[in-house]
Amino acid sequence: MTICEIAGILDAKWLCCEEEADRTVLYAFASDMMSDVLAHVGEDTMLLTGLINSQSVRTAEMLDVPCLVFVRGKLPHKDAVQRAEQIGLPVLLTSCSMFEACGRLYAAGMTACSLSGYEGEADDDDD
Amino acid sequence: MTMIKETYPVKAGDMTAAGDVSARIKRQMKQLGIPASVVRRVSVGTYEAEINLVIHSEGGRIDFSISPEKITIRVVDQGPGIPDLKKAMTEGWSTATNEVRNMGFGAGMGLPNMKRNADEFTIESTVGVGTDITMSFNI
Repeated sequence: MTICEIAGILDAKWLCCEEEADRTVLYAFASDMMSDVLAHVGEDTMLLTGLINSQSVRTAEMLDVPCLVFVRGKLPHKDAVQRAEQIGLPVLLTSCSMFEACGRLYAAGMTACSLSGYEGEADDDDD
Repeated sequence: MTMIKETYPVKAGDMTAAGDVSARIKRQMKQLGIPASVVRRVSVGTYEAEINLVIHSEGGRIDFSISPEKITIRVVDQGPGIPDLKKAMTEGWSTATNEVRNMGFGAGMGLPNMKRNADEFTIESTVGVGTDITMSFNI
């Protein structure tokens, strides 16, 4: 799915890097918790979040996220958009809730990113 | 033979600058033509460590070195040290404040995620002295 198609599905507004509209996205992950994003997001995975500070863009930068979507109509901080512009990260803003945004994308054929690479370790021998 | 060896200081509490060092290291790796999959693992590990320095430590530094075989990230802080390393290495265990959680961090995934991304991971910590983490990534 291209970012252009994603923008259409979410009735989203472009905040920057619209010239990257033809870039392809394979998977999606949604969270307001960047710790979880860093632990789970794989390659070619877009990020949907309601976290509007610059750490959402920083996190996307580290993971080579192809597209960042801010949900619930929350306008991100100015420095976040400036940083995204600098690194060429396409950013969209949708008035959809997180649930609705994910639902629309899923219905349109977007795939969830796999969490299978993360085994985790239970602390079951507590002492 | 070490090709590059650099040290970057990280200030405690400065959330707006958190990620600056990791972004710089990422840029350097890309310029050197390090494979994208390695760049990604190093970037995630370094960023997790940098966030930890900002939110938990009293300040510290990140050492970045590259040899033909591997990339090494060493993270040293000036305290306060981790009282129970085993708990700190458990997913979901965190001492982060609500303020930190509102910034999107503090889910208790940082140290386990560093270990997972690195090929070698060591951590030593002494309360009242500080924490010393080394992550190595094979190129």
